Amino acid sequence: MKSFERYLLNRTTLANSETLAVYKANGGYKALEKVLKKPMTPAEIIAEMKASNLRGRGGAGFPCGMKWSFMPDPAKDPRPRYLAVNADESEPGTCKDRVLMEKDPHGLIEGCLIAAYAMRLQAVYIYVRGEYRKSYDTLLAAIAEARKAGLVGKNVMGTDFSCDVWMHKGAGAYICGEETGLMESLEGKRGHPRPKPPFPAGFGLWGKPTTVNNVETIFNVPFIVERGGAWFSSIGTQNSKGNFLCGISGHVNKPGVYELPFGVTAREIVDEVAGGIWKGRKCKAWFPGGSSCALLRGEDLDVVLDHDSLKTKGSSLGTAAMIVMDDTTSMARVMEIIARFYDHESCGQCSQCREGTQWLAQIFHRIATGHGKPDDVATLESLAKGMAPGKTICALADAAAIPTLSAVRIFKTELEECIRQAKDPLAPPRVEYAGAH
Amino acid sequence: MALPAKLIQEFDELVTHYPEKRAGLIPALHRCQEELGGWISPDTMEALAEYFGLEPVEVYGVASFYPMFRLTPPGKHVISVCHNISCELRGATQIMEHVCKKTGTKPYGTSADGKFTVWPVECQGACANAPMIDLDGVYHEDLTTEKVDKLLGGLA
Repeated sequence: MKSFERYLLNRTTLANSETLAVYKANGGYKALEKVLKKPMTPAEIIAEMKASNLRGRGGAGFPCGMKWSFMPDPAKDPRPRYLAVNADESEPGTCKDRVLMEKDPHGLIEGCLIAAYAMRLQAVYIYVRGEYRKSYDTLLAAIAEARKAGLVGKNVMGTDFSCDVWMHKGAGAYICGEETGLMESLEGKRGHPRPKPPFPAGFGLWGKPTTVNNVETIFNVPFIVERGGAWFSSIGTQNSKGNFLCGISGHVNKPGVYELPFGVTAREIVDEVAGGIWKGRKCKAWFPGGSSCALLRGEDLDVVLDHDSLKTKGSSLGTAAMIVMDDTTSMARVMEIIARFYDHESCGQCSQCREGTQWLAQIFHRIATGHGKPDDVATLESLAKGMAPGKTICALADAAAIPTLSAVRIFKTELEECIRQAKDPLAPPRVEYAGAH
Repeated sequence: MALPAKLIQEFDELVTHYPEKRAGLIPALHRCQEELGGWISPDTMEALAEYFGLEPVEVYGVASFYPMFRLTPPGKHVISVCHNISCELRGATQIMEHVCKKTGTKPYGTSADGKFTVWPVECQGACANAPMIDLDGVYHEDLTTEKVDKLLGGLA
C-alpha cells in the first residue's frame, strides 16, 4: 500500500485530545477564524465544498456541497433554519463516528459552526444515539468549553455571527439514523420517516429548512476550508475523494477504525491494515459498508473500496464498515441475525417492510435451526423483491432486501443444503430465546 | 405523581434549546428513567404528559417506540449484551451464555434476587472491539468470559 497523509485521526491519539487547549494547540479553530476574520462569504465556502467533491460519510454518499446549496436563500426565505448532525451511528459494523466524538469533539464543533455560517443557520442539533453516553458527555463538555471561550453562542469570535450548538439524545432506534426519522425523533415523536418530497432543505425540523449531515462529513469541513477544495479533491479516486474512516470488524486479526485514502483495495485493508484473516483461515464473505450492503465473496477482496468500484461488484460503500467472515462461518446464521435486526428496527409504517422483515427473519431462523422448507430460498427471493427497491417511505426495506438477495444469489447452495439436511452443518453454538420487543 | 422539583428545573432549561417544547420529551424520558427507578412507569408518563401538554397516550406512544426506554422495572444492574453480527462473529453467544449463567438470569429476564437484568441488544457501535456488553450505561469491550467474571464479581 502506498504511503499517504493522515489528517482525520491525527489529534485523536494526543493526550487530553478532547480539550480546547489541545485542540487549539494543534491548529484547531483556525478554519473558523479564516472564515470569520478574512472573511469568507457563505457562497465562497459552499463553492469550496463543491470543489472538494466531499461525499456524505453516513452511507448514502450524497455530495455535501450540493446538499448545502439546496438550502433556500435567506433573503427570499427568512424562516429559521437548522443543521441536524446525524450521530445516530447504528448500522451494524459501524463504529467510526464514535472515535471522532470521544477523541476530537472540537473538530466536529468547528465543522458545525462553519456549516452554520455557510448555510446561515440559527442552531445546530447533534443527535447522538442514546447508548453513546461517552460521546454525548464528551461533546457536551466540549460545547460548554467552546461557549465559555466565545466560540459557540452569541457573537462568535467577537463577530456578528451567532450560532447555538445543542446536544440531543436518541433512545436506541436504528430508524432515527434515517434523516426524516431523525427529524421526527428530534421533535419528540416516534421516529417514523416522512415521505419525500418535501425534502428537508424546504421542510425539515419543525417545517423549517434543514440540512442533515453525518458526523464524519462535518468533521471534514474545517480541513477543506483551511486547505482548499482542490487539495481535498486531489486525494482519492474519480468519484470518491479524500480520506475516509474504515471500521473493520469480524474475523480479522486487528479489528479497528482506520483512516485511509480512497483507492486502496479491500484486500490491502484486510491483509496490511487489519493483520489478515484470523486463525490462518480464508475469507468466505464480507460486507463492504455495514449490513445493508450486498454481501461479497472472499475472492472479491481485490476490489477498490470506493463508491464506483463497489457498484460494479453489485454492492456499495455504505458507511465503509467492513464486516469480515472466515470460511467456517454459517451464512444461514449470519443472515438470521441480520434479518432479525431489520425486523426489530422496522418502524412499522409500510406493510412491505413491517411484514417483509418479519417473514425474512422467520425464514432465515428456520433455515438456520434445521426447519427450512424446500421452497424457502425461492420465497426469500420473492419476498425481498416485493419489498424493494423504492416501494416504501424510507430505505429500511431496501436495507433488509439487499443483503438477502445477495445471500440468496451467492450462498444459495449453502442455504439449500441446510434445508436438505434439516440442519446447518456450519451452525455455531446458540442460546435460544424469544425475539426482542 | 408530581415530577421532582430538580427534574422540573432541568426540563425548564432543556426546553429552551428548541423552538417547540415537545422536542424535549425524549431527553426528559431519559432523565426520568435515570432518576425514577430505571424505568418509565405509567405515573411518570402521566407526569411528563402534564409537563409537556400532551395526552398520556402520546407519551406512551413515544416511550414504547424506543428500545432504550423500559416499561417494566429492571433489576439493580442492567447488562445489555450485544447480539448483532460483529459481536456474534467474535463470540457474543458465549458471552450471553456466560452472563446468564453467572447472574442466574435468562435473556430478557431478571434474576430471582432482583439484582440483574440481562437484555440482548442490537448493534451498539462497538464492532471493532467486539464482543461487548453495556453494564449500567458503561461499555465494556473486547470481552472474554474472564473479563465478565471480573466485572460481575465487583458488583454489590
